[in-house]
Amino acid sequence: MTDLALGKSLPADRAQLMRWLQDYGVYAGVTALLLFNVVFTENFVSGENFRTQAVQVAPVLIVALGMALAIGSEGVDLSVGSVMALATSLVSLYLGYGPWLALIAAIIGGMVCGLLSGSLIAYIGVQPIVATLALMVGCRGLANVFLPQLETVRDDTMATLGTGDILGIPYLALIAAALAALVAFTVKRTTFGRQLLAIGDSRPAAQLAGLPVRRVLIMVYVCSGALAAIAGFLATARLQASDPTSLGNLMELSAITAVVVGGTPLSGGRVRIGGTVAGAILIQLLTATLIKHDLPSSATQIAQAVVIVLAVYAARERGKQ
Amino acid sequence: MTVSYEDAVVDKPTVEEPGERGSRRDRLTALAQQHGALVALVVIAAIASLSFDSFATGGNIENMAVSSAFLAVVALGMTFVIITGGIDLSVGSVFVLGGVLAAWGSRYGTVVALLLPLAVCGLIGLINGLLIARSRLAPFIVTLAAMLAARGIMLSITDEGAQTYLVDKKSFFADLGQGKLLGIGVPVWITAVLFITGAVVLRRSRFGQHVYAVGGNEDAAALMGAPVARTKTLVYTLSGLLAGFAGALNAAWLASGVTILGFGMELDAIAAVVIGGTLLSGGLGFVSGSLVGVLLLKVIQNVINQIGSLDSAYQQVVSGAFLVVVVIAQTWLGRRRQVL
Repeated sequence: MTDLALGKSLPADRAQLMRWLQDYGVYAGVTALLLFNVVFTENFVSGENFRTQAVQVAPVLIVALGMALAIGSEGVDLSVGSVMALATSLVSLYLGYGPWLALIAAIIGGMVCGLLSGSLIAYIGVQPIVATLALMVGCRGLANVFLPQLETVRDDTMATLGTGDILGIPYLALIAAALAALVAFTVKRTTFGRQLLAIGDSRPAAQLAGLPVRRVLIMVYVCSGALAAIAGFLATARLQASDPTSLGNLMELSAITAVVVGGTPLSGGRVRIGGTVAGAILIQLLTATLIKHDLPSSATQIAQAVVIVLAVYAARERGKQ
Repeated sequence: MTVSYEDAVVDKPTVEEPGERGSRRDRLTALAQQHGALVALVVIAAIASLSFDSFATGGNIENMAVSSAFLAVVALGMTFVIITGGIDLSVGSVFVLGGVLAAWGSRYGTVVALLLPLAVCGLIGLINGLLIARSRLAPFIVTLAAMLAARGIMLSITDEGAQTYLVDKKSFFADLGQGKLLGIGVPVWITAVLFITGAVVLRRSRFGQHVYAVGGNEDAAALMGAPVARTKTLVYTLSGLLAGFAGALNAAWLASGVTILGFGMELDAIAAVVIGGTLLSGGLGFVSGSLVGVLLLKVIQNVINQIGSLDSAYQQVVSGAFLVVVVIAQTWLGRRRQVL
C-alpha cells in the first residue's frame, strides 16, 4: 500500500484475500488463537481445560446449526435464545415423568415455535426477522409463565449427561459433534438440503422450478426450534438448574456470529457446517482467551462485535465479484 | 434478505394515497392500516377505565405518560429507520449507554450531561449508517454488532455494571426528567416537541421525502437523484442520537444511570412502530402512528399490572402475540391494497 504501482494490482488481490478470508479465515483464526494460548496462557494445555471449553461450546454450536439452516434459506431465527428458555422450563415441568419424556416435551415445544414462525414466514409472507422477533418476546414470557423462577434440577441421568464423559470426551461435545454431522449430511446429501439451498439462492426461481418452497421453509424453522430446544435441555443438564429468565440470553447473537464467521453468507444459498463449527469454537476461544488474561466481559462483547462486522465485510467483497 | 418474495415482485406506492382510486373497500383498508392502532387504543383504554377504578386516575395516567415518553423518543428514530426499509437493533443498548454517560457527565453540569451521550450515541449511529449505506452491509447484522459494542462500552465504563452513577437531584439536569410544566412532566413536553418536529421533517422537508423514496424503491430513488447513501446514514445517526437522548432523559428521571434497564427496548420500539402502521418493507409510515403504538403497548402493560393476579411475564406473551396479529393484519391489508 506504500506506492501507487502496488495499488493498481490491489483490487484483484484484495478480492482474493477477502474470498480466502471468508472461506478459511475462521480456521486461521482458530489456529492463531490456539497457538497464542498454548504459548502465552498458563494451564491452557490440559485435559481439564479442553473439557471445559468443549462443554461450554456445545450449546452454542447446536443452536448455530439451526441458525445456519435459517440463514442458508435467506432468513434468520432470532427466537433461539427464548426457545432454549422455553425448553428449560418444559424440562423442569415434565421431569417428574423422567428425563427422556422431558426432553421430548422440550423438543415438541421448540418444534411448535418453529412451526409458528415458519408458517408466518412461508404462508403469510412476514419477514423472518420480525416473525422470529415476535416469537422471541413471546417464548421468553411463556417460559417465565411456566416457571416463574430459577429451579434446581435433580436427576441422575441428566447430571451424567451434563457432566460425564467417555474416554475423556464430554457427552455434550459428542452430542454436538453428532448433530453437526447429521446437519452437514442433511445439507449436502438430502433433497431437503438441496431444496433449502435453492430457495436461499433465489426464492422466485425455486418457486418457478416447482419446489415445495413453503414446506421447506417451515421445516427449516422447525429444525432450528428443535435444535435450540435440545441445546436448552443440554444446558439445563450441565447447569443442573432451570433458569427461564436468563438462559439463552444473547444466544441468537453468538449463533449468528458463529454462522457468519464460518463463511455462510447472509444472502443465503450456501451453508457451511464445518465453518459454523469452527466459528462457534472461535467465539468460545476468544472469550476464554480474554477471560484468562483478566480482560473483562465488556472487552469480549466489543471484540465479538468487531469480529461480526469483519466477517460480514469479507463476505460482501465476495458478493460484489 | 429483509424483502419477501411478494414485495420483490409488486412495487409499493411510495407515499400512501388513501382512497385515491375511489373504491370504498380500498379506502376502508387504508383506514384500518393507518388508524387501527388508534381504535384499539381507545377501545382498550375505555374498557380498562370502566373495569379498574385506578386506571383513569390522574396519577396513573401521568405515570403512563412519563414512562411512555422514553420509549416514544426511541420509537421516533426507529420510525425513520424502518421507513427507509432498514432496522436498528442497537437502540436498547444505546439507550442504556446514553443514560450511563449522562449520569456520569451530570457532575460537570447539564451541558456535559446532554452533549456527552448525544456525541457518543450519535457517533455509534453514524458508524452504523456508514457501514450500512457506504459499505452496503445488512442493517440487522451491523446494528446487532453495534448493540453488543454499545453494551460492552457501557459495561467498561461502569466497572462491569457494578458502578451506578447518580444524578444530583437538585441539579437542572434532574429537573429535565423530574420537573413539571403546567402539571405535566417535562419529558412528556420534550417528547411532544420531538414528535411534532419529526412529523414536520418527515412530511414537509426534502430529507423526509428522500426517506420515503429510499424505502419505496432504492434503485428508483437513486435514479431520481435522491442522495440514497446520505439519507440512510442520516437516518441511523438520528436513531442513535434519539436513543442516546432518551437514555439521558431516563437517567434524569431516575436520577441515576441504571445499567440493567432498557435492554430489549429495541423490541418494544419496533413493535410500537409496526403497530402504528409503518410497513416493515419500507416506503410507508408516519410518526403519529408510532406514538399511538407506544401508548397502546404501555396501556396493555398497565392493564396487565392492574389485573394483579396475572404474572408480569404474561405481558411479554401478550406483546409477542399482539405483534404477530398486527404483522399478519398488516401483511394482509398491504397485499389487499396492492391487488385493488
